[in-house]
Amino acid sequence: MALGNLDEIYRDDVILDHRRNPRNAARLKDADIAADGVNPFCGDEIHLQMRLDDGGRVAEVGFQGEGCSINQATGSMLSEAIKGLTLPQVEALSAKFHEMMQGPEPPDEMLTALGDLGSLSKVRDFPVRIKCALLAWSTLEDGVAAGRG
Amino acid sequence: MYDVQKIRKDFPILSRKVYDKPLVYLDNAATTQKPRQVIQALVDYYEGYNANVHRGVHALSQEATERYEEARGKVARFIGAESPDEIIWTRNASESLNLVAYTWAQENIREGDEIVVTPYEHHSNLVPWQKVARDKGASLRILPMREEDNSLDMERVDEFITPRTKLLAVVHMSNGIGIINPVEELARRARAVGATVLIDATQSAPHLPVDVQGLDCDFLTLSGHKMLGPTGIGALYGRREILERMEPFLRGGEMVLEVWYDRATWNDLPMKFEAGTPNIADAIGFGAAIDYLEAVGMENVRDHEIALTAHALEAFKELEEEIDVFGPRDPERRGAIISFHSDIVHPHDLGTFLDRDGIAVRTGHHCTMPLMRELGVIATARASCYLYNTEEEIDALVDSVKRALRYFSDGAG
Repeated sequence: MALGNLDEIYRDDVILDHRRNPRNAARLKDADIAADGVNPFCGDEIHLQMRLDDGGRVAEVGFQGEGCSINQATGSMLSEAIKGLTLPQVEALSAKFHEMMQGPEPPDEMLTALGDLGSLSKVRDFPVRIKCALLAWSTLEDGVAAGRG
Repeated sequence: MYDVQKIRKDFPILSRKVYDKPLVYLDNAATTQKPRQVIQALVDYYEGYNANVHRGVHALSQEATERYEEARGKVARFIGAESPDEIIWTRNASESLNLVAYTWAQENIREGDEIVVTPYEHHSNLVPWQKVARDKGASLRILPMREEDNSLDMERVDEFITPRTKLLAVVHMSNGIGIINPVEELARRARAVGATVLIDATQSAPHLPVDVQGLDCDFLTLSGHKMLGPTGIGALYGRREILERMEPFLRGGEMVLEVWYDRATWNDLPMKFEAGTPNIADAIGFGAAIDYLEAVGMENVRDHEIALTAHALEAFKELEEEIDVFGPRDPERRGAIISFHSDIVHPHDLGTFLDRDGIAVRTGHHCTMPLMRELGVIATARASCYLYNTEEEIDALVDSVKRALRYFSDGAG
């Protein structure tokens, strides 16, 4: 088993920054899509709200949650990354993120393309913590699916 | 003289390393390690007399049946049951509780009845009663907890245990925070109003003497793997008169006496509740675990764990600015389970840090989400000890927690 160094996830500047200064933390009123997720194994929570513009793109996002640093940093990064995307693009990004976390070793280009989210690939070295990074995404997918009706 | 080092030698796994560090196993409330005597009992069965029970006329089947029933007798004696017939094998404590919920409760709980539980219940002693209450138009009442030490508010018990109470279903020792509930007193009050009493002893029976006569309960649940035994085997104690009046739970082979195309009659206790080929090997392994515990002596196990708890509570005192430890401070009122929370670091991040030091603790809600809400947290980190843990291991835990607090105190956690 690969032994991840704690500093990889707890001293990474990007992860730390999102953890300390979560983006889009205000709860969105009049959201078009809202979703709440809970990890049944640990009780961690994610709450997401999205407002769409006339073109069906994500215009505003709200993210709140209770949980560990990985869970919280992921939610913050996600809230930035999905702005400006259509719902199918949001789903494609989610698939890409899952692939980065659970697929074969991700190539550097993939990490670069994912921006801040790419920093979370280090969580792969802590297999039991991968689920902490996936909660925000599964919550997002549930919201998009429900929003589609 | 309690020789913890001698005990440790019986547990092969305790000498392994994790990330090149000695394993410090403090997750005993989740499951316990197995002594070689238990492992050997499983091997002996499979290598020496593997056969189905209660049906063969051949030697192996007779031997297997004898050992299997002997194990039942050991469980009965261990908890002070009058007869082995009052011990029903199940897969685990959850199945034991569901057995009561699907049979006795379905037959006896009526509209307007009340089922009384505590805030400390494991989901397995709460969720089945939610269904019973819904099905029957009964209601669930939760005994109140005192904020100062997270113990039950015994002064208010009479508001909750009333003539409407049909069932008292309470946990003896909380797996979430280690508190020991005054179950004798609760059972006495429940009896006084004519209620049936179920005690979830899954967490207590491995760690202290439990006696169904002294507790005066009707049902009691046990789980083998939480008391040095294998996984996949648990037990339900039921008072004979009640078990005899109950309908079977699962139906099929072994549990019947005579079968016609359109009907069947039931076998005697305990087989009436044991349909199908049972978990023979693990029942025998459970028996070996009880032999082991009895050889050490449950009073000695309890004394050792009280000393560990006192040591841990004293050590955590040093961190009281940063860490909340839940439950009473008196080691006599709790098991050796230290459940704690810090605003500096989330329990999962702390758990990952401890893991890298070779220390196994559980982080999360411990299948007690309502209790976590009462405590005002989503999760805790929980160190739970057993007869093989040492004060040095507690010191290693506290040292690692201290370093974790420093590591995360910049807001990383």
